[in-house]
Amino acid sequence: MFLIIVVRLLSLQIFSDEYKLMADNQGIFRKVIYPDRGIVFDRKAKPILRNTITYDLMVIPGKIKGTDTAALLRILGIDTATFKKRILENIIKNTSYRPSIFEPLLDNEKMAKINENLTLFAPGYYLQERSVRDYPYQAAANVLGYLAEVDPNYLKKHEGEGYSPGDYAGMTGLERSYEKVLMGVRGIEYWKKDNKNRLTERWDNGKFDTVPVAGSNIYSSIDIELQKLGEHLMENKLGSIVAIDPKTGGILAMVSAPTYNPQLMTGAGRRKYFSELYLNPATPLLNRTVNAEYAPGSTFKTLQALVGLHENVINTNFTLSCSGAFYGCGSGRPMKCLDYGTFDLRNAIRLSDNTYFATVMQKVINNPHYASIEESLTAWNNYMYAFGLGKRLGVDVPTERTGNIPTPAYFNKAYGKGKWNYCSFRSVSIGQGEVTTTPLQVANEMAFIANKGWFYTPHVIDSIEGGDPYDMLGKFKIKHDALDIADSVYEAVHDGMQGVIDNGTGTGARVNGLKICGKTGTVENYVRGVKQPNHTFFCAFAPRDNPKIAIMCVIENSGRFGGTYAAPIVGLMIEKYLSDSLDKSRMARVEQLSSLNLMPKRVFEELRRQDSLRHSSDSAYLISKGYIKIIKDTLGLEDSEDDAELLKTIKNKELPAKPKPEMPAPIRSPAILPSDERNAKPDSTNKPAA
Amino acid sequence: MSSNRNNVEMTKGIDWVMIWLYVALVSVGLIAIFTVEYKFTDDMLSSILGFNKEYSKQFYFALASIIVGVFILLTDSKLFTATANIGYAAGILLILATFVLGKEVGGSKSWIPLGFMNVQPVEVCKIFTSLAIAKYLSLNETDFSKTRSQLIAAAIAFAPAILSVLQSEPGAAIVYFSFVIAFYREGLPAIYLILVFVLGILIIATIMMAPNTLMIVLSIAAVLAIYLMRKKIKRDKSILILIAGAWLLSVGVQRFLVPALFEKVLKPHQVVRIFTTFGKDDFVFKDSARAVAMEKEFAKLGTKKGAGQKAEGYNVKQSKIAIGSGGFVGKGFLKGTQTRGDFVPAQNTDFIFSSIGEGYGFIGSVVLMLLYFGMMLRIVFIAERQRSVFTRVYAYCVAGILFFHVALNISMTLGIAPSPGITLPLLSYGGSSLVTFTVLIFILIRLDADRQMILR
Repeated sequence: MFLIIVVRLLSLQIFSDEYKLMADNQGIFRKVIYPDRGIVFDRKAKPILRNTITYDLMVIPGKIKGTDTAALLRILGIDTATFKKRILENIIKNTSYRPSIFEPLLDNEKMAKINENLTLFAPGYYLQERSVRDYPYQAAANVLGYLAEVDPNYLKKHEGEGYSPGDYAGMTGLERSYEKVLMGVRGIEYWKKDNKNRLTERWDNGKFDTVPVAGSNIYSSIDIELQKLGEHLMENKLGSIVAIDPKTGGILAMVSAPTYNPQLMTGAGRRKYFSELYLNPATPLLNRTVNAEYAPGSTFKTLQALVGLHENVINTNFTLSCSGAFYGCGSGRPMKCLDYGTFDLRNAIRLSDNTYFATVMQKVINNPHYASIEESLTAWNNYMYAFGLGKRLGVDVPTERTGNIPTPAYFNKAYGKGKWNYCSFRSVSIGQGEVTTTPLQVANEMAFIANKGWFYTPHVIDSIEGGDPYDMLGKFKIKHDALDIADSVYEAVHDGMQGVIDNGTGTGARVNGLKICGKTGTVENYVRGVKQPNHTFFCAFAPRDNPKIAIMCVIENSGRFGGTYAAPIVGLMIEKYLSDSLDKSRMARVEQLSSLNLMPKRVFEELRRQDSLRHSSDSAYLISKGYIKIIKDTLGLEDSEDDAELLKTIKNKELPAKPKPEMPAPIRSPAILPSDERNAKPDSTNKPAA
Repeated sequence: MSSNRNNVEMTKGIDWVMIWLYVALVSVGLIAIFTVEYKFTDDMLSSILGFNKEYSKQFYFALASIIVGVFILLTDSKLFTATANIGYAAGILLILATFVLGKEVGGSKSWIPLGFMNVQPVEVCKIFTSLAIAKYLSLNETDFSKTRSQLIAAAIAFAPAILSVLQSEPGAAIVYFSFVIAFYREGLPAIYLILVFVLGILIIATIMMAPNTLMIVLSIAAVLAIYLMRKKIKRDKSILILIAGAWLLSVGVQRFLVPALFEKVLKPHQVVRIFTTFGKDDFVFKDSARAVAMEKEFAKLGTKKGAGQKAEGYNVKQSKIAIGSGGFVGKGFLKGTQTRGDFVPAQNTDFIFSSIGEGYGFIGSVVLMLLYFGMMLRIVFIAERQRSVFTRVYAYCVAGILFFHVALNISMTLGIAPSPGITLPLLSYGGSSLVTFTVLIFILIRLDADRQMILR
């Protein structure tokens, strides 16, 4: 008998690892210790994204007998049924011996009331600290981004990086791009746990524990005051402002309007607030600075001048007279010029003459130096790529789009090989038709011109405290100077652009005592054949001799011209940045522009329609309108993360059939104008102006 | 030997090896109970002396046991022979008293509350039974080769057991089978042991095999036996009758006795324990109420009757995990996660071995086994040096009880025997068990000290 026991002991204790594993599984708990996330500073070392403490109300269901539940429910404002449901859920999830979150992220008022009466609720309830993100300026939401709970999809994608269900990770903006450095290194404590899953004591006195390492702080080039001013100026408008320091490529301000208060994405009301933003027809969650594409309009013309000069098809003295329209392609649909008369390069830029640049590009494309139009267009494409257009710049803010620079392959597909010529896409020369750019690309283009031929990839983050372990910043230190164009050429272009401010189309941007070079742009646009008010552009750099800021502003459907609204906004932004303050009269101008409501009528119409639809909760309408898809595109460029579930439920409920991959023509947000145009026949939707 | 001995005489003849083995085992028990219950937040000294925790209580029980032990050593050996029969009668009365005064603990009404502790008469009665058997077998007029004597001895041994079964505490009853070892030493023919062994195998076979298959196997065995012994049968027809009788008996056990045991005698949770130990659960119950009760018991284990999988009780599973995870040298004092996390139920009492298996591993377990084995060998050694039949029979009774307790308890914690709910001698928490074994052992030491005397 004793022999049998010894044999059994041998087999259990020595020849089997299974029991050791089972004991570890049920007896040891790996507790993850979350370090503080890194802080984001602006260029003047002010913290613009930091951590703060908030409180979760915890409950141990097994210990709540005898506490004043009624008082607690009054403070929290919930009814008994909800209370019972929550307690039951907690017991199912966590047993009644282990603490669960009863109410997460208490606001200050509730937290104070509960804290005062905590003795009434102990020991069943207690408050537990939690570190959350804090946005002291409540600005730059689209740049900074927010955190959200990771979903199974995210976990699968980031396997082995130490995430587990319930963790928070950066979902948009810098929070997402720099997640790796901001999150720090999680610590692990090994605890013993008992048969009721309560943690009892440290395993081996913490010998195997690892200490958490706080996330690295990161330093951005954002000027938070400038950013706030930009957001203020863009209130009641759709559009964006991007300002870059041309010498470094550091982004000074990146305004996407409308924006939202990022602070509200951290608190208890997050879910409600998020769904409001999600369904808003003005698409505040869309980062228009990098994720919207617009035809660049006349701002594109300066680049055509550079190409023409470098290709030697014109020189700085090339002069052309406009008799009223561009007849280079016959008289079928002439492009009108606003000013009659004779223009040299400077004046053509100053007064934004369509005929002049249509002719220049015609000369480039039909240059006999190239064997075919495909070759010459390819050469032209390469110029555009060198200017930073048509491809992603590689900015460190997520969801950047490429824009579109039409290539021979593109036209071959649209028309058939050999069935197209310059006249098929002549409107490209003035920044209309098939060409689209993101606001960031336009601002970068200004930096390129200001620097006379080079740029650094625009970026928000300059440095990471304690080094750059993942080489995230290396690409921002490479100078892009593919073209070798003489300074005299740039001087001529600068002359023209200065003329725009001094006595051209952009006088609204004027700032006393500053030499500013700028360019206006106005783009006509149609939605389902209905003409919409113009998108208006203004881009500039200043000061001319020692450029410190390159900036662009676009206002969707503002109507009128680039000089009307965008130019004064840019002027104020430049003044604020260069002189660090605005005097009283200028502040009055800021308020005047800020209160100006340029929100397109259709947004209000949609809002109204949504309100009336809310009663029937008919989300199918919104889907057919493409709003949901727009936001899905925005959030889902790399992975569709946050609230993909919400989207799914809406889809399942309303659209039993699979949604078509490409939304049909009626997509009406200007943010995706390009696909609109690609679907339509070239040259039919956009008409030149200004 | 005079009855008024002084102190020097009191220690004369005492077997110190037994004393030290006893002290060692009780100390191991105290440490094991301490490991199970002690929390780091407790103040060690005050909680040991406080009589609130079980290790503290066990500490006082151990002190009380030593006093009892010393008291026994101070008595005269003749007292035990003189009072053996009266003690036995008192023990039986105590067991009967539980039917009236009994307190229900863990489903069986076999405890008498004494305020500060509960006493289980069946447990205490082992002492009286051992003494009574020793007394009976040492009588001059007893001839143990006669069936009449054997039956009387068996009646003395099993009367408390039968009462215990009636109290729904069959676990405690099993231990009374240990007296068979003493009987065997005193000349009980080996055939009884073989019969018990065969019966055991038959019961296990009944559980493991389908009824008809087993009947066919038994029949084939009977036919084979007749064929092999055909020459002998020609000479003596009674062998044929013997074989036929054996076959009939076996089939009777298989067809009626075992099912009756499962259907009527044992409680559903005990039946489940037996089934799960053998990994067999397709027994068909005829009584529908019993069948429903069995379904419930299986459901408690998270399995279904007839699912075919080896269902294990939570206790046994956790105990196996604790012991298995100890490995070769164990996790160390107060470092066992199973023990510290209260994963093993009843770890202070029936499953105390798992605490040692986890904390001190294979080495510790084997050392503990050697301590017990050493104690048993020592008792057998003591028994064989006696001139007195009384002492020898008593010693064998003690050895048998010890062996049954240790073997069954440890087998149970290892999951190789059903858990009948018996304690690990001297280690398990509980005053009743500790004092009983102390008295058993110290009476033996006392008797052994007077080994030159002939006690009747």
